[in-house]
Amino acid sequence: MTAVDTAIEDRVSPWQTLKRGLALSPELRTGLAGTLLLAIVSTVGRGVVPVAIQQGIDDGLLTPGGPDVGYVAAIASVGAVILVITVISGYYMNVRLFTVSETALAALRTRTFRHIHDLSMLHQQGERRGVLTARVTTDVDQISQFLQFGGIILIVSSGQVLMATIVMAVYSWQLALVVWLVSLPLVFVVRYLQRRLAEAYVLVRERVGVMLGAISESVVGASVIRAYGVQDRTAERVDESVENYRVAQFRALRRSVVSGSVGEVFNGFALSAVIVAGVYLGVGGQLTVGQLTAFLFLVTLFVQPIMIGTEILNEAQNAISGWRRVLDILETEPDVADPGDDGTGLPAGPVDVRFADVAFSYPGGPRVLDDIDVAIAAQSKVAVVGETGSGKTTFAKLLTRLMDPESGEVRLSGVPLTRVSFESLRRRVVMVPQEGFLFDSTIAGNVRFANPEITHAEMYVAFSELGLADWIDGLPQGLDTPVGERGEALSVGERQLVALARAYVADPDLLVLDEATSAVDPATELRLSSALDAVTRGRTTVVIAHRLSTAENSDEVLVFDAGRIVQRGPHSTLVTQEGSIYAGLHASWVEQTRSV
Amino acid sequence: MAWRCLGAALDSGRKCVDGDMPDKGVITRGLRVLAMAVRRQPRIFTVAAFGAVFHSLLMLTGAFVNAWIVDSLVVPSFRSGSVDTGVLALVVVVLLSLSLFKITGIFIRRLGAGSMQFRLQAIHRREVTRRYLSLPVAWHQKHQTGSLLSNANADVEASFVPIAPLPFAVGTLVMLATAVAALFWTDWVLAMVGLVVFPILFGFNVAYARRMSPRMTRAQQLRADVSAVGHESFDGALVVKTMGREAEETVRFNKTADQLRDSLISVGRLRGLFDPIMSSLPELGTLLVLVLGAWRLSTNAVTLEEIVRVTMLFSVLAFPIRAITWVLADLPRSVVGWERVHGVLSATGDMVYGDDRLPESTAPAALSFRGVGFSYLPDNPVLKDVTFDVPPGKTVALVGPTGSGKSTIASLATRLVDPDTGVVALDGTDVRTLDHAALADTTALVPQLAFVFDDTIRNNISLERDLGGGDATVWQALRTAQADGFVAHLENGLDTQVGERGASLSGGQRQRLTLARALAGSPRLLIMDDATSAVDPKVEAAILAALKNSTRPASVLVVAYRRATIALADEVVYVENGRVVAHGGHEQLLATVPGYANLVTAYERAEAERAAEGEFDSDEWDTTESDREVSA
Repeated sequence: MTAVDTAIEDRVSPWQTLKRGLALSPELRTGLAGTLLLAIVSTVGRGVVPVAIQQGIDDGLLTPGGPDVGYVAAIASVGAVILVITVISGYYMNVRLFTVSETALAALRTRTFRHIHDLSMLHQQGERRGVLTARVTTDVDQISQFLQFGGIILIVSSGQVLMATIVMAVYSWQLALVVWLVSLPLVFVVRYLQRRLAEAYVLVRERVGVMLGAISESVVGASVIRAYGVQDRTAERVDESVENYRVAQFRALRRSVVSGSVGEVFNGFALSAVIVAGVYLGVGGQLTVGQLTAFLFLVTLFVQPIMIGTEILNEAQNAISGWRRVLDILETEPDVADPGDDGTGLPAGPVDVRFADVAFSYPGGPRVLDDIDVAIAAQSKVAVVGETGSGKTTFAKLLTRLMDPESGEVRLSGVPLTRVSFESLRRRVVMVPQEGFLFDSTIAGNVRFANPEITHAEMYVAFSELGLADWIDGLPQGLDTPVGERGEALSVGERQLVALARAYVADPDLLVLDEATSAVDPATELRLSSALDAVTRGRTTVVIAHRLSTAENSDEVLVFDAGRIVQRGPHSTLVTQEGSIYAGLHASWVEQTRSV
Repeated sequence: MAWRCLGAALDSGRKCVDGDMPDKGVITRGLRVLAMAVRRQPRIFTVAAFGAVFHSLLMLTGAFVNAWIVDSLVVPSFRSGSVDTGVLALVVVVLLSLSLFKITGIFIRRLGAGSMQFRLQAIHRREVTRRYLSLPVAWHQKHQTGSLLSNANADVEASFVPIAPLPFAVGTLVMLATAVAALFWTDWVLAMVGLVVFPILFGFNVAYARRMSPRMTRAQQLRADVSAVGHESFDGALVVKTMGREAEETVRFNKTADQLRDSLISVGRLRGLFDPIMSSLPELGTLLVLVLGAWRLSTNAVTLEEIVRVTMLFSVLAFPIRAITWVLADLPRSVVGWERVHGVLSATGDMVYGDDRLPESTAPAALSFRGVGFSYLPDNPVLKDVTFDVPPGKTVALVGPTGSGKSTIASLATRLVDPDTGVVALDGTDVRTLDHAALADTTALVPQLAFVFDDTIRNNISLERDLGGGDATVWQALRTAQADGFVAHLENGLDTQVGERGASLSGGQRQRLTLARALAGSPRLLIMDDATSAVDPKVEAAILAALKNSTRPASVLVVAYRRATIALADEVVYVENGRVVAHGGHEQLLATVPGYANLVTAYERAEAERAAEGEFDSDEWDTTESDREVSA
């Protein structure tokens, strides 16, 4: 996305985003009136010094009979009391602000986090993990920055401008008008400069992304880089992206300094104008020395908030676009939604499966499944085979309702899948995906993920039932062996063993295995599969496999080709259908796995 | 000690708890980081500091100018009732040029500081990634990807955050000293107000920085925790979904989010107290000056101009003093960041490459393992006394159960890791004495999990090595790896960008690309670590056939389960629990090594069992089961 696009998009309607945001986080309004009142009090305090100086000079220092020390002291005491009140109300304003906004935003984080999990798998996979994480981290941080600094500074700044205007107008409306006229263009200049700055920051963000990508390859691809001796190539890329980032940073800084200095220029202009006009007004008897001196303070008090306020307004656009991104996610209706209370549970007992005229295509893509009309009997074991891209995995995803069919219907035990509450569905139907993701915990921690109540002893029994007790025994810390980040401390095959055990202890009635043992050695695989046969008897099992040993071993085989089921029946029958897809796959399998 | 804590965090990935962080000496250590930064960029720092001092002195001048205006223009004009236009013009010129000079000062200071900060970040990012590229794979395996990324990014950034306000702070110190001198020059009584207020301001700042820094560090840590939980949970989203654990994951996330909330509120409370006090203290000083000024004026000790000047001085100084706070407040973060960065930069255990080159040759290479032992963790050996050969031009299959150490052998053969004991040799030369290029040109590893760069197909294959033959070589490699078909069908062919980690490709396609990458370099020794597991049987058969008929034969070490792969091998090395249990011809091992036979004939036996099973009534599962146990 180009900088211009972003700028335009951001201008669409910040107010609307703000309104949506406040509507979705009603907690933000807690005690708002009180906080605003405190803000007003602490803003008024900012006027103390100029007024005290004016009063002190005119009525205390320049009194005809010499300085009136007592009067000045009285003025100063009143000022000091007001200052103390200002400090106290400022403190309470800040505390309320921080407490309310952080509480609301923590809730927003959690809500967004949950919502992302509720989105469909397709939705989740459409985004990079880092992008999703940003929604619950940096984007929310931006909102918090805006509310705590931006928001309040905006209020305080407007208050300060108002307060300064009133004091100035009381002293001299003519001079106040001069200050206003001279300072007004500042708003437009700063806005223009800030827009350019925003563009520069878009580039900075883009380049930091590229840089992180390059650095991450040097870490994640360390062994490949080493094996091919291509460090120099990677180093060059990293260097280039680091340098590009630095250049973008400096460019943004240059623009930031330019827009930051504008206030100084206007301060100079405003002061000069005030002096010139003020001197003539004073000579005309319309202004006192104290009042003009107070104006010297007031000009700064007036120009500074205008500048800061304008800057904040523009920075607010960043925050608002962060907020908009969070809201966009929150307001995305999960397209594979939990029917919740409207749904029903699956009837107790074994589960059968029915695909009625199911078709599916990924958004914007061609049909990947068509005319799928098949019934799977309860308690049977069905193997799904076919070449890569034939639709096997899509079939499994529809079966477990990770996606909904484009047309047709999937029914479990006669209940349409879309009517089954997730609570019941996820408890009764479990799928083991090919890349068995493990959390950065121990083996036990990962297995417990599926069943938090399970004890160590029960877990050990579960591994034994799967024929994996000797593997666990061989590990340095047994079930308490840490698996590392994403399970990387284990070998690929071992990760699959843990993922399988995890699914097993979930105790489902329908178990779907998607090439869940592809990286395990044949003997272990077969041992597992026979163990699974034993322990899954009484359940319905659907296994997607490219090792045809699984197919040989199942009650029925579904053969997929180009998105359709082209053959079905027991292995022994299919293999004899000469010239069929299955016979071809099987011949190739046998050729590879048997003695030549 | 922070070092211990940081070291532990680096080594084990354990989180560094706040309590472990000593607060003592953090300022001192932070100043040392600053000194290092200044030493590395002395010229830019001098320029920036000059700009800052210039600007600060101009701000003081501003106070004098304002007082001078009141005294020599406002009061005389008001008294006399007429304006001296000459003085008025001079005032305007002085005010405008003062603005201009101040802006110049701001430009020099901020651009100088920024330039210094960004340069230091860039330099250290490059240095850190250079270390990543030269530290051995074994070191990488001990460190979490996430922390290495943040070492190169967030930690480098944190190290140099205080650089941005540093010149300003230096300018402020000069300004403070000058202001105190100016105060004394004006009137000693009014100066005393300064001597009271400035130290209070300064002390208050330091106390604030001290209290704030542990809270900030904790908030930063909790931010990282929230991010880590979020990232991991979204990474495992499919598992969360299929197991229906969304609620539990939300509870887990909510816990860290709430901790972060509490920590940010505690940061807010402190700042909420600090900000109003900081802006009110100088104002109280101004009021005090007014009262004392009235008294001094009544004794004719000072003039009105001098009173105005001093009050202006106070208001001018109020803001810059915060620059010192910024530096101090960011020091602890800087120290933590720098110590992590330093940890990477000073990490030892580099894999040193030798200078030896192998004689120029296109003939297949010989690989030998002699008494090789290896362990990732102490007392938990993965390999024990492994000895075997891959003779030139021969194909050796490495077979063994899951977790028996095959992948480790593959890593040792390409010197991704070094053995604890024993020797790995290529053509009789210990691989540790070979230079890196010689090693990389001779061997090629196709890993179990395919890693693809975010680049074009062409660059993923060639890795910009000098392959000779250009695209023809690339296509040849793709053909052998059975990947030419799908690449030819891509709209941009070899120029197709494959995306982050090859996201646009299927698992089988990624594996074939990495295989083509290995073949493109015409290695003399090819090592395949179960590199076709995500490839369909038919495709794998075609790949194996193409390898066999290749015009440029290489020695091959292949980790395999499939019989067809094993059948291609001249010899089989069978490992179990990190030991070579047997080696020899397939038939020979089949006859003499029960473990091996068990592994490779698993499918046949299963089939036989099934055949036998057919003779039983299908209800008699338990009998079948026990029969199976007996026969195994």
